[in-house]
Amino acid sequence: MMVTGATQNPAPPTKLRWGELDEDDGEDLDFLLPPKQVIGPDENGIKKVIEYKFNDEGNKVKITTTTRVRKLANARLSKQAVERRSWPKFGDAVREDVGSRLTMVSTEEILLERPRAPGSKAEEPKAAGDSLAQLGKGGAVLMVCRTCGKKGDHWTSRCPYKDLALPAESFVDKPAVPETATAAAGSGKNTYVPPGMRAGADRSGTDMRRRNDENSVRVTNLSEDTREADLHELFRPFGAVSRVYVAIDQKTGMSRGFGFVNFVNKDDAQRAINKLNGYGYDNLILRVEWATPRTN
Amino acid sequence: MRPILMKGHERPLTFLKYNRDGDLLFSCAKDHTPTVWFADNGERLGTYRGHNGAVWTCDVSRDSTRLITGSADQTVKLWNVQKGTQLYTFNFGSPARSVEFAIGDKLAVITTDPFMELTSAIHVKRIAGDPTEQTEESVLVIKGPQGRINRAVWGPLNRTIISAGEDAVIRIWDSETGKLLKESDKESGHKKTITSLTKAADGSHFLSGSLDKSAKLWDTRTLTLIKTYGTERPVNAVAMSPLLDHVVLGGGQDASAVTTTDHRAGKFEAKFYDKILQEEIGGVKGHFGPINALAFNPDGKSFSSGGEDGYVRLHHFDPDYFNIKI
Repeated sequence: MMVTGATQNPAPPTKLRWGELDEDDGEDLDFLLPPKQVIGPDENGIKKVIEYKFNDEGNKVKITTTTRVRKLANARLSKQAVERRSWPKFGDAVREDVGSRLTMVSTEEILLERPRAPGSKAEEPKAAGDSLAQLGKGGAVLMVCRTCGKKGDHWTSRCPYKDLALPAESFVDKPAVPETATAAAGSGKNTYVPPGMRAGADRSGTDMRRRNDENSVRVTNLSEDTREADLHELFRPFGAVSRVYVAIDQKTGMSRGFGFVNFVNKDDAQRAINKLNGYGYDNLILRVEWATPRTN
Repeated sequence: MRPILMKGHERPLTFLKYNRDGDLLFSCAKDHTPTVWFADNGERLGTYRGHNGAVWTCDVSRDSTRLITGSADQTVKLWNVQKGTQLYTFNFGSPARSVEFAIGDKLAVITTDPFMELTSAIHVKRIAGDPTEQTEESVLVIKGPQGRINRAVWGPLNRTIISAGEDAVIRIWDSETGKLLKESDKESGHKKTITSLTKAADGSHFLSGSLDKSAKLWDTRTLTLIKTYGTERPVNAVAMSPLLDHVVLGGGQDASAVTTTDHRAGKFEAKFYDKILQEEIGGVKGHFGPINALAFNPDGKSFSSGGEDGYVRLHHFDPDYFNIKI
């Protein structure tokens, strides 16, 4: 809307006006305003409306309103459909309040996902990784058995497949108490990607769990904020790591100063011990040794 | 696209149906209460209260004034769409599994399950224009197929009835005499229960989905097999786009596969296939459980899926959906 300005009363003429109107008549007509002008929508749909009125101070004011007239997108509803839109609610919907959350727009953007190029075997490794992602997500999974990887069925201690092969995955052990492992797993793991799931993670497992335990390396004198990920990162250069564990005090969340690293190969474990024993890590000198007394 | 999630049902969905104008979506579920929603924004309009059992199926008349629903409580009810009131109840001796109005809405085909001594049957009932004149009598009753008849639809011009069910055979019956006209070929046909059937917009072909993890496209007149679409999961619901040459299959998971595949939330998908090339175009994920119902809006620009999780997901396609090339 544009207010172009006040127009003053016309100055009294110096000569006789046409039609013999004298000043008084001219002033009498001051209360009349010029008529409203509408300049119709032009090719851009712009419409101008010019009106005159008196503002608060008694001055004549010209107001120009410029609007764009635009046709709405085709309402795809037929006439009956439009009528149906205004039907009153019935049945269970009668008691519905405006804030009821029956209908919600999804927060996720869902795409029509194209399948992979034919012939690719992307499905199988995905299956192994996905259960870890599932663990990483937390909340959805309740009972995880570490032996067979089955979910929702039994805890590790009750695994019916106790003696069987470990599934071909590596995973990060959940801190401390196994019974509350789920709660811990659920907390804040939504965006955390366990090392086993990261790009370039080594997921090859061992044949038997027992052998894995024999390749266990104990690391002591860890700093307070050391976590599994740190240990994994530290020991990874020596070879495939199947399991890391850091003892964490549940109350403070700090490391209790020690942890275990399971290697896939015994040689890797030996090399790790040789190299990292006495290694300075985060202001402390690490002590790295075999977890169980070994005879070579 | 941003699907609209509608959680009006507490139990799994069984069937979805759009009205002819595409502005209303009717949903049936095992929770006894069919619901109607606005198809553009998913807002609930109302519910139809009265059934005492899972509602398996529904159909709406062309002018969107009448709704017919079939339920496990052995009744089929006619409703006033606008008010939600019951107009008439047909009683049967066994659960009703499938209903469809004929072209012109003067007749309806209803299938009933086998129950105790009764075998499954296909009933044709006359639908009176005035609900007060409605009678219970059947125009025609066809018995014959073994096992449940999961779906029966009218053929072109109401001359035939096409039925499919647990015995995996698709049959075409004459709608006036009840005679069996054609049966689908055993070799090329489905091998397991046919769960769903949907007709093309012009009625010249139809699509059947089965627990044998495939869906097949058939010619309506000759019942010849035209195309087959394969998936990895049993197919519970099928739909055909009225606009593009796409078919959509929705399904579930074999009970035996449950422990080996992961349960990542939202993984159940509706798979889109090119109708002619039989190739998979893609999948739309999101459901937390097997998909039991699929329906395309008659304008072809949106579709909805109903799942075992009780959610109805309404998807309006992005503009690039219409430009998909294989």
